[in-house]
Amino acid sequence: MDRSRSFSSARVGQEHMRQPGQWGVIGIGRAFASRRRFELLRHAITYLLLCTLGFAMLLPFLWMVSTALKPDALVFSIPPKWFPRPWVWRNFIDAMTILGHPVHLYARNTVIIAVLGVVGVAISSSLVAFGFARLEFPGRDTLFLLVLSTMMLPRFITIVPQFILFQKMGWLDTFKPLIVPYWFGAPFHIFLLRQFFLAIPAELDDAARVDGASSFRIYLRIILPLSKPALATVAIFAFVYHWNDLLEPLIFLSSQNNWTLALFLASFQGYMMEPRWNLLMAASTILTLPVLILFFFAQRLFIGGITVTGIKG
Amino acid sequence: MRRQQRWSRRRLMRALEGYLFISPWIVGFLAFTAGPILASLVLSFFEWSLIRPPRFAGIDNYVKIFTADPLFWQSLKVTLIYVVVAIPLQLAFALFLAILLNQKVRLIPLFRTIFYLPSQVSAVAIAVIFLWIYHPELGLLNELLRYVGIKGPAWLISERWALPALIGMSLWSVGGAMIILLAGLQDVPQHLYEAASLDGAGEFAKFRFITLPMLSPVLFFNLVLGIIGGFQYFTQAYVMTRGGPLNATLFYALYLYLNAFNFLKMGYAAALAWILFVIMIVVTIWQLRLARHWVYYEYEGARR
Repeated sequence: MDRSRSFSSARVGQEHMRQPGQWGVIGIGRAFASRRRFELLRHAITYLLLCTLGFAMLLPFLWMVSTALKPDALVFSIPPKWFPRPWVWRNFIDAMTILGHPVHLYARNTVIIAVLGVVGVAISSSLVAFGFARLEFPGRDTLFLLVLSTMMLPRFITIVPQFILFQKMGWLDTFKPLIVPYWFGAPFHIFLLRQFFLAIPAELDDAARVDGASSFRIYLRIILPLSKPALATVAIFAFVYHWNDLLEPLIFLSSQNNWTLALFLASFQGYMMEPRWNLLMAASTILTLPVLILFFFAQRLFIGGITVTGIKG
Repeated sequence: MRRQQRWSRRRLMRALEGYLFISPWIVGFLAFTAGPILASLVLSFFEWSLIRPPRFAGIDNYVKIFTADPLFWQSLKVTLIYVVVAIPLQLAFALFLAILLNQKVRLIPLFRTIFYLPSQVSAVAIAVIFLWIYHPELGLLNELLRYVGIKGPAWLISERWALPALIGMSLWSVGGAMIILLAGLQDVPQHLYEAASLDGAGEFAKFRFITLPMLSPVLFFNLVLGIIGGFQYFTQAYVMTRGGPLNATLFYALYLYLNAFNFLKMGYAAALAWILFVIMIVVTIWQLRLARHWVYYEYEGARR
């Protein structure tokens, strides 16, 4: 609010001081009868761009849903029908079975992996972040730098030995390789939570310590309750990550009953075989929907979560 | 004396507690990161198919990669094209969207959501949707092109158009970079614009001499992250083309994956991973050096 006010007051000043040639680059503005008309045009162009691009962004989703609701006969109609009649809601049920896959099993597997991953990563990352943010110990800052640098590490450098490790442990084709490593904290989440914990006044800790509270108690009773927004952000990010991930299921899971939804969708490749696109799009919708719903309800957190990390140099 | 002792004991306790709190990360780091990194370095000097016992091969893997593996060069070429073309394009597009979203008009939260959304949707789902959109005869894209009288190419099954198709698709999910840039834009002090206005600066001049320099640290951050991500581009290529047609989209990560998990050449794949790692480090350091010339930090500016 404050910003826009000062912005317009500057413009008023500018009106007064306008002299020949002063507009320089903005010459276009001069062509209009008044500044206001220019602003109006500017708004119109902004809206036009926002709407066009917004539509382009939504188009693939709309096309996906439209196809998902089509009867078989309409899928290949040219020109394409955007609003199929009738809407075949049954496609969603058929997608669960007819493609010859136990899709409901895949959905269940995906939920198990995502939920266990989220809970594990939230608990472990917050513990680690608490250590880095609120306690003092030799080598702390160096170790934290190490945490940050592992964020930059390419996934492919560790995944081949990890595969061999999990094979030796007999973990291949179980959910463990997809979940357990995240129970040891994830660098990005540690970073995000540490930033948040640092912003909580240290006096709270001191007061609690005077009352004889242990560090763990401070973590549990003071820091965690104050960090609900940050924890929610971490949980959402982690859920979206596990829900969407293809690479790890692809490498660590083999038998079909253990597949995730992403793995299932990835198994339809290219145009070699023409799949039943309407059912495939219904399955895509099923994979997309939870993230959309999550996004809808947690939008502010989602976007705030990234900006709160203070990435700016 | 006694107090001092008690104090240091408390300090020691605090330190031990600290290590205890971060111990999950230490264990995880050793088991799933540091251990595997070492193992992968060792592995890269072995030949191992998982079936027969590993055989020490010296630098054979590396020699073979550089001298007798045309697919290595092909995958490197594809990946470099993607990094050089797609990443700057994505960044420019993200900046454009961020500026658009920084305008003071109504409904901005709605548009922000719409533009950010695709970046959160599963890459697999996006890939499947675009398989359908890029379909040569029945796809939406060629249908739209037909309206304006252009006969669209066969996209993903055309050797020439498959990579451009993937690059174009990547523009659709620049939401992450866009949001960070938007945050950066909102941090630009308004008084700079006001001062510039008083000096008679136009919109373009303000963008060139205020917005871009103030935003350069954020742009740099996104560029580095984008490049690191670009070198690891995998999912979309795996789902949509599996490297085809005729290896036109054989990305480095995909080739590495195929070597490890399809051909079961574990040592060879480890060597490929190390080469990728070295390339990424070199490029990142190069970026850091280049950054001195174009990234502007306020505290430095004060000195100049």
